[in-house]
Amino acid sequence: MKEELIVSGRMNLNIDPVLNAWHWQIPLYLFLGGLAAGVLFFATLYFIRNESEKYSTAVKIAPIIAPIAIALGLVALILDLKHKLYFWQLYTTIRLDSPMSWGAWVLMLVMPLSIIWVATYLKEVFPKIELKKGFFAKIFNIFLKPVENNDVNWDWKFKWLSDFELLMIKNRKPLAWVLLVTSVILGVYTGILLSAFNARPLWNNAILGPLFLVSGLSTGAASIMWLSKNHEEQKLFSKIDILLIVVELFFIIHLFMGFLAGPQVQIEAANLFFGGEFTIYFGLFVVVLGLIMPAIFEIMELNGYRIHVAIPAILILFGGLLFRFVMVEAGQITRYLY
Amino acid sequence: MRYGMAIDTRKCVGCSDCVVACQTENNIEHGYARDWITETVEGIYPTMVLEHRSERCNHCENTPCVRTCPTGASHVIEGGIIKVTKHECIGCGACIESCPYDARYFHTEGWVDKCTFCDHRVNNGQDPACVSVCPTYCMYFGDLDDKNSEVSKIVASRKWKVLAPEAGTKPQIFYLT
Repeated sequence: MKEELIVSGRMNLNIDPVLNAWHWQIPLYLFLGGLAAGVLFFATLYFIRNESEKYSTAVKIAPIIAPIAIALGLVALILDLKHKLYFWQLYTTIRLDSPMSWGAWVLMLVMPLSIIWVATYLKEVFPKIELKKGFFAKIFNIFLKPVENNDVNWDWKFKWLSDFELLMIKNRKPLAWVLLVTSVILGVYTGILLSAFNARPLWNNAILGPLFLVSGLSTGAASIMWLSKNHEEQKLFSKIDILLIVVELFFIIHLFMGFLAGPQVQIEAANLFFGGEFTIYFGLFVVVLGLIMPAIFEIMELNGYRIHVAIPAILILFGGLLFRFVMVEAGQITRYLY
Repeated sequence: MRYGMAIDTRKCVGCSDCVVACQTENNIEHGYARDWITETVEGIYPTMVLEHRSERCNHCENTPCVRTCPTGASHVIEGGIIKVTKHECIGCGACIESCPYDARYFHTEGWVDKCTFCDHRVNNGQDPACVSVCPTYCMYFGDLDDKNSEVSKIVASRKWKVLAPEAGTKPQIFYLT
């Protein structure tokens, strides 16, 4: 028998009795970051492949999710900070050793680039915007003005915005390449953020970065599939999703193989998922409901069964979100014992 | 200069004087503690082993908390002491997640606080508060780089262990067994 107790009555908030310094904000932020990365990855990929007309939802419409997701993610991130008024200290230094530092910088880069990407397609996607009344009209009126034209009933309010739009449309290719690379970095970063903590055996493994990237891409593909009205495009992203789910399942198997072949602390981390308190959340909700079921639905759909596209898409998004919640919650329980 | 501490687990009775001394000296908010006593019981009656350890930040040589800090608020000062600059800390909790010893916590104002090895006392040639009040004299503090210091001599002559060496942090607090 071995029993270890703190006997001097330590009760530090969020540390004792079990470490719980990170709450719902972090997993939500990791999910939104992964979703933005996935959406931007496919948008820029199919643009570079010169298929922006064929897969117009992916290239032109779905990227609108990215800046919204990143903005919400940043709000969650700031809500998580305990010393909020000092958040700007993040942007006074670059520390390559700290994933949180360079991740914050990558977000700072992706956010404006994704807004530019969306804005250059705005006239194509929303040729008619109501600028006279309504809740959003006030916000739109800051940048947009109504014009008399049958195709597009609005234009940029300032000349420099129109000039900038033209410049960016001309340089979409380099913009696409930069966004493609940064979206992959963003996707990997959401996993590496966790795997940098060697004090948490569940997080401290090399496969978490690729796993979170694949999961992020899969949520991105699912949203494109859901938004798309074109059957060809839906089929393509359905196939991509199946492939990504298979890869993700492989990575999850690798993750646990690594744990079970590892030191005691990692075996104990894995046991949280094999009979421990996260078995149902992870096994049933993440793996079965969030990965296997949508893959089966998509395969059935490709084979001619009629299944509404929203069903697999919602399951994948739900699975991706829950996966991050489970990893963040469970990771904080795992620790070195001495 | 490399500050370190040796704690004799055979002398420690777990009285928590070090905890109260720290709370008083550093004006710790109510309910929080920068150091604590861990009691380990091993074996089955009647052959049981009891160990008391006074634990705190290990002021590690390889510092995951400084590495993961995104702003540089966590830093190493002269003598290998790890400190936090409160006006640079954003309260993200990365250092708390990265510490295998759970030695850090959020101050009620939001920044992260931790043991400072009482650098304000040490720089004046005094021992840290916890060491100076220990009624059993079980704690030794000093410069590990100085071969003639009390702590170096006792670490060289006695059997010791460090906490969670497998975490790779190279802790600088040695528990004499």
